[in-house]
Amino acid sequence: MENFLQQLINGVTLGSIYGLIAIGYTMVYGIIGMINFAHGDVFMVSAFIAMLLFLAVTAFLGVSSLFLAFFIILIAGMILTSLWSWTIERIAYRPLRGSFRLAPLISAIGMSIFLANFVQVVQGPRNKPLPPMFNQVIQLTSGGEFDVTLAYKQIVIVAVTVVLLAVFWFVVQKTPLGRAQRACEQDRKMAALLGINVDRTISITFIIGAALASVAGVLYLVNYGVVSFSDGFIPGVKAFTAAVLGGIGSIPGAVLGGLLIGLVEVLWSAYVSSDYKNVAAFSILIIALIFMPSGLLGKPEIEKV
Amino acid sequence: MSAAVSEQKDDQAAGRMAKALRESAFAGLVTAGLSFPILALRAEPDIRNQLQLQPRWSWLVTAVLLVASARFLALMLDTVRARALAAAGLLLCAFGFGSAWFSPLATASLIGGTILAGLICIGAGFFVDRSHIRKSGPGLLARFAASPAGQTLTSSGAWVGIGMLVAFPLVMLGWLGPAGSLKWINNYGVQILIFVMLGWGLNIVVGLAGLLDLGYVAFYAVGAYSYALLATTFGLSFWICLPLAGILAAFWGIMLGFPVLRLRGDYLALVTLAFGEIIYLVLINWVDLTNGEAGISSIPRVTFFGVTFYDEKGGFSDLFGLPYSPIYRTIFLFYLILFLALLTNFATLRLRRLPIGRAWEALREDEIACRSLGINTVNTKLTAFALGAMFGGFAGSFFAVRQGFVSPNSFTFIESATILSIVVLGGMGSQIGVALAAVVMIGGTELLRELDFLKQLFGQGFDPTQYRMLIFGLAMVVMMIFRPRGFISTRSPSIFLKERKAVSSEFVGQGSG
Repeated sequence: MENFLQQLINGVTLGSIYGLIAIGYTMVYGIIGMINFAHGDVFMVSAFIAMLLFLAVTAFLGVSSLFLAFFIILIAGMILTSLWSWTIERIAYRPLRGSFRLAPLISAIGMSIFLANFVQVVQGPRNKPLPPMFNQVIQLTSGGEFDVTLAYKQIVIVAVTVVLLAVFWFVVQKTPLGRAQRACEQDRKMAALLGINVDRTISITFIIGAALASVAGVLYLVNYGVVSFSDGFIPGVKAFTAAVLGGIGSIPGAVLGGLLIGLVEVLWSAYVSSDYKNVAAFSILIIALIFMPSGLLGKPEIEKV
Repeated sequence: MSAAVSEQKDDQAAGRMAKALRESAFAGLVTAGLSFPILALRAEPDIRNQLQLQPRWSWLVTAVLLVASARFLALMLDTVRARALAAAGLLLCAFGFGSAWFSPLATASLIGGTILAGLICIGAGFFVDRSHIRKSGPGLLARFAASPAGQTLTSSGAWVGIGMLVAFPLVMLGWLGPAGSLKWINNYGVQILIFVMLGWGLNIVVGLAGLLDLGYVAFYAVGAYSYALLATTFGLSFWICLPLAGILAAFWGIMLGFPVLRLRGDYLALVTLAFGEIIYLVLINWVDLTNGEAGISSIPRVTFFGVTFYDEKGGFSDLFGLPYSPIYRTIFLFYLILFLALLTNFATLRLRRLPIGRAWEALREDEIACRSLGINTVNTKLTAFALGAMFGGFAGSFFAVRQGFVSPNSFTFIESATILSIVVLGGMGSQIGVALAAVVMIGGTELLRELDFLKQLFGQGFDPTQYRMLIFGLAMVVMMIFRPRGFISTRSPSIFLKERKAVSSEFVGQGSG
């Protein structure tokens, strides 16, 4: 029982990170119908940016308060990662709009390979370990077979995710920007006829997705304390699985899917086999796509002749 | 009157210049944002495993200057030729400044000469741009193909190409000797032909049937491990294992094909990707069977119909009275993969004329119409998966017999992406295009190994091979922007009325699966 409770806490923490990345996939898929394969690597780049900024802020500027440093890298990381995503969309995807079906997918795969190898070349292939942050723990139970603990970093991760999602939800539901975004999702041509700047809206979608992925990158760094150039692919595919499981195009679905994938991964490694935890995630992807292509909260797709 | 016109022209030129300056400043600013902090700071763990920051502001400045000047030149020059000249000049300049900065060997005259040559190139770009009026017409390749010489070459081109390939190892051997030619036959000949064969195998699934497969490397892995395990446990020979590996891979192709019958488009791509990853993870984690990440070593090497290539009594060189050299094995492997690749090509070309091949192409064009006309789409899809997988399995068992060692790290997602990009860059469905793309992509990345002389210039820390995948990824993006339909832009239909005519690939469907 104690073990289960502990795994539940760990799963929700991990699931928050996946959920944040998954929103980027689901929004881009919703608006231009393309799998942004490079999104996982944008997440990896954001974790590197956070790592470097953290070192720069603490070593060069001498910021000693951990919370202040965390706040600075969160905001600066969001801006810099958004710039990356905006540039990628501008260079690699926008010229291909209206091109044949496979072109954006191949371009995105190329971009993903480029980003991972770019980081490897400029930052070196070794793992980058940071000193642990927020490493105090709260003891929830004692005396059982096992002490259940809640680490400060887990509280930080879940709290930041909840606050960010609330802000993001407000932006999408209540602002003109969010309305334009939802309009483009429903019918791009009609939205353009009604005076919405579609290119700009798509750019903004990429920027919002990258900003959330950047938060996920910072939280990933806080959680694991280490990052390497190859860390984009597997979390990226898992986050995509989360988006599909929740119903692609649906934002609450992405968060729900993220939590489910996080829980499945943690429980699978605790009770079945930690070697095969990624196999579990990939199997969910296959099962979800085959038996439930519209996901938990998505709308079914109708095939027209 | 003429004064007014020239004034207007001057105004236009000034306006253009101002716009180019504005745009290039913006591009430089964006580059600065992108490069900070990932280029400008480098974190490396020290002995106590604590990260230390090393600032590298010069990298940031270089990147900003390069991007800004490239953007400026692109906006000022109109023709492709001028842009290419200017780009070459820019690279020369960057090379000159870079060697001045990093290289201990570069002399002042060398640096000055390089930079001067670069500037001359850029100037020549402007000159070419002014003197050349933009013409629209068929490209160089298309014009060559339309000329009489081009037409005779394309009609008999296949036989000329095969003849050249057959002669390639012997010419190399005669020219460079056994030691010198080994690298060329092995790294260029065999390596490229493996990818040609894989590309042709995947072309059945993606190019003909229009089913997007991102996990093709799984079948390559099944073939390689089939041979490795059958040969090491049961001692079966390569020639028995080869068909077995093909059958096993085809079986796995059907295993993948069944559940994905209903899926289309990106979803199919994702499921096949997940399937490839699962195979890879199983290979890593099922240590009892596959020996995990350590891989299977000491797989029996290829024999010349029972005669080994070792330096021993009764070995190949002993039998034929030749001095011992590893080159004979490599040459035999070359002919083996050439044979297998041509077999794949021949089978594909014949299959396209059978009802099943026509059904594949019909499926690619329109699945719903296909079903309405009574074509069994289940069988059509499954045969495409099975046959594509079978050729992947053949290639895999060849890979195992060539290396004598297999490990899961040869079967990652990157390999699948490489094969798919070869198929797409070649122009899906075009056999010769796929072969061309494999030569360009694999040969190009292998060529980077030859740039070792740059080490002398930039110091030992500079390793050109680590830029291999970086350039590869970038090339995929650039190709999609400039030639989304691949190198070969025409297709020849498999059925025709009266006369075979090449059609533009724009008219060929991409499939929805």
